[in-house]
Amino acid sequence: MSEAAQEFLRQAVRKSADLTHQQIIRRATQQSGQRPGKASFHDWEAARQRCYEIKSEALGHLDHYLLEFERKIQERGGQVFWAENAEEARRYITGIAEARGVHVVTKSKSMVAEEIQLTPALEKIGIKVFETDLGEFIVQLRHEPPYHLVTPAMHLTRTDIAALFKEKLEGVDGDDPEQLVAAARRALRRAFFSSEMSITGANFLVADAGMVAITTNEGNAELGMNLSKIHLVLTGIEKIVPHLDDLAILWPVLATAGTGQPVTCYNTLVGGPRAPHETDGPDEFHVVLLDNGRSELLADVEQREVLNCIRCGACLNVCPIFRTVGGHTYGTTYQGPIGSVLTPHLRGLHEFQHLSYASSLCGACTDVCPVKIGLHHHLLHNRRNAVSAGERPWSERIGFKVWRWAMMGSRRFALLSRLALSALRLMYRCGAEGTRLDPLRAWTKARAAPDIPKHSFRHMWRRESAEK
Amino acid sequence: MTQVSLFIPCFVDQLLPQIGLDMACVLRRVGYQVDFPEDQTCCGQPAFNTGYWQEAKPLAQRFVEVFRSAEVVVCPSGSCTTMVRNFYPELLATSDIRNEATELAKRVFEFSEFLVKQAHVSDVGAFFPHKVVYHDACHALRELHLKQEPRELLANVQGLELVEMLYSEDCCGFGGTFAAKFNMISAAMGDAKAGNAEASGAEFLTSTDPSCLMQIEGILRRRKSTVRTLHLASILAQTDKSSRNTSAMENRSAIR
Repeated sequence: MSEAAQEFLRQAVRKSADLTHQQIIRRATQQSGQRPGKASFHDWEAARQRCYEIKSEALGHLDHYLLEFERKIQERGGQVFWAENAEEARRYITGIAEARGVHVVTKSKSMVAEEIQLTPALEKIGIKVFETDLGEFIVQLRHEPPYHLVTPAMHLTRTDIAALFKEKLEGVDGDDPEQLVAAARRALRRAFFSSEMSITGANFLVADAGMVAITTNEGNAELGMNLSKIHLVLTGIEKIVPHLDDLAILWPVLATAGTGQPVTCYNTLVGGPRAPHETDGPDEFHVVLLDNGRSELLADVEQREVLNCIRCGACLNVCPIFRTVGGHTYGTTYQGPIGSVLTPHLRGLHEFQHLSYASSLCGACTDVCPVKIGLHHHLLHNRRNAVSAGERPWSERIGFKVWRWAMMGSRRFALLSRLALSALRLMYRCGAEGTRLDPLRAWTKARAAPDIPKHSFRHMWRRESAEK
Repeated sequence: MTQVSLFIPCFVDQLLPQIGLDMACVLRRVGYQVDFPEDQTCCGQPAFNTGYWQEAKPLAQRFVEVFRSAEVVVCPSGSCTTMVRNFYPELLATSDIRNEATELAKRVFEFSEFLVKQAHVSDVGAFFPHKVVYHDACHALRELHLKQEPRELLANVQGLELVEMLYSEDCCGFGGTFAAKFNMISAAMGDAKAGNAEASGAEFLTSTDPSCLMQIEGILRRRKSTVRTLHLASILAQTDKSSRNTSAMENRSAIR
């Protein structure tokens, strides 16, 4: 078992028993379902289908659309850097920061920045990095990674945040939400005014317009990019969409699936540095296009659609596993079903195949995905890939070979089952249920064993037929 | 009279035989002739779901051969029906019997689905004077899109009071080998489900999947709960006559 798998198991044991945590997450994940979002769609299924088609078109001609996007950005004086992996992306970004003598960076929310571990790399060269999304700001103060890819501080209550702010910020007394937000705003305004470089993610890259679409609820990305001399967009190559029109459906669908809002508060399009006739905007504009395993996933016809993901977080909110073990237990940048599907592709099957097994395959994720990724079917594909790559324990491999042999004959199957069940019944009569001797201990640790019937169905059926 | 072939999941055959007998009893009552192709074993789902597609494939092929001549196949599990209906075409995509598997998939039905959608029967003449809650089993709900069918059948049972519970569509946590590999997560999910079933005030929890019931019953019993589980077929098998006889009730209780 990989180290990541062992740590997952340790944390899962702890969190599965933490009912308070489960209540907090249940309440938080349910909020999006209660908001009006979906009701404002005439036909939600048709909207999902349209989004699926838009993303499929983009991924089907990724090379074409990315080059079109790059050309338009360059025409406006922006720079586009193609990063094959995390290391290249970090080196480019820290290189710019160093060359321009940057001391302060303001960041708006970016999961790709988490993916490439950007903040530690910037801090290492003496740069102060401020997270400006409120949730990200909170978890940064706690020195924690985001708990959820859309709602980074989902696991914290108002009381937790009040205690944190009281310790770390000035002028906090009590837990009034307005006061708490005001304290965060004061701290963040200072950061914005001293910021020399703003780093944002991107929700969509629009090919025909050559624009980056950024969505926030707090306006923090907009403030950062307008107040800093340098704006750098860090994004994955799969964020491209063909046409500006596509946003007319993608923006409301993203908001609805993510938080239940009809549309997110701020939706901004940017595409270059400040032009001579413009009053606002940065002096320099960079886009870092990150591959980091995405091209390989693109080449996998069976699982390509995983790149459709628009990072709305809907699959996390409905996932019973996520709601039980929580976001931090995954130990990955992307949590929940999409994280379990994607991480083995980004960081290796060997280390992260366990996440594909940590699912009851209930399919709630697939049902809500706004871009129609068959998430739980891809968990099955990952499992099959783990078996064919020889990543499974030998005991399991032999177990299934024996099992297959037993199941290939109905007499064999019936006889062996009866032998095993008779032995088990004898053991349980001697009180072995749930003890260390119990071969079904993985089951009986938490559940009563089913009563073992004297006869099988096939036996009773045969007897009944004979009586007639 | 139409002939129906029973697809009895391997664990129902060995561990929960009463569910199979009850299903056969209901099918006969509504006018079908029932046969049980004795050569059947397992549809291959445990191996398929764990990633052992090479091990699952011969079993899928075997299943197709065993049920080759069946007119209609009915199964008391939404999950095993899903395996044949939704996953065989993918698993057997490169097999010689691909087309035959796809054809067979269209003739395999989950029990409540068969009654309501194929036989067009929603009242099977059952009598069960108890308060019952229905748990939406994941595969029946999301793979086979069955939500109203089992409820319709229950609503037509004489004396039965059908109630709903909170988060009825939440997974019970069974998930096959998941229940053993990630026992703590599975048990926590099952515990939440059991709690909601208790809070509904129902005496019995029912569903279309015996595996969910095994999980929920196991947890209810550990909680020393008074709520019991009973497969949909076992409720529909109860008639005015059988329920007057208390020992019959005992016999039919699915799992205890």
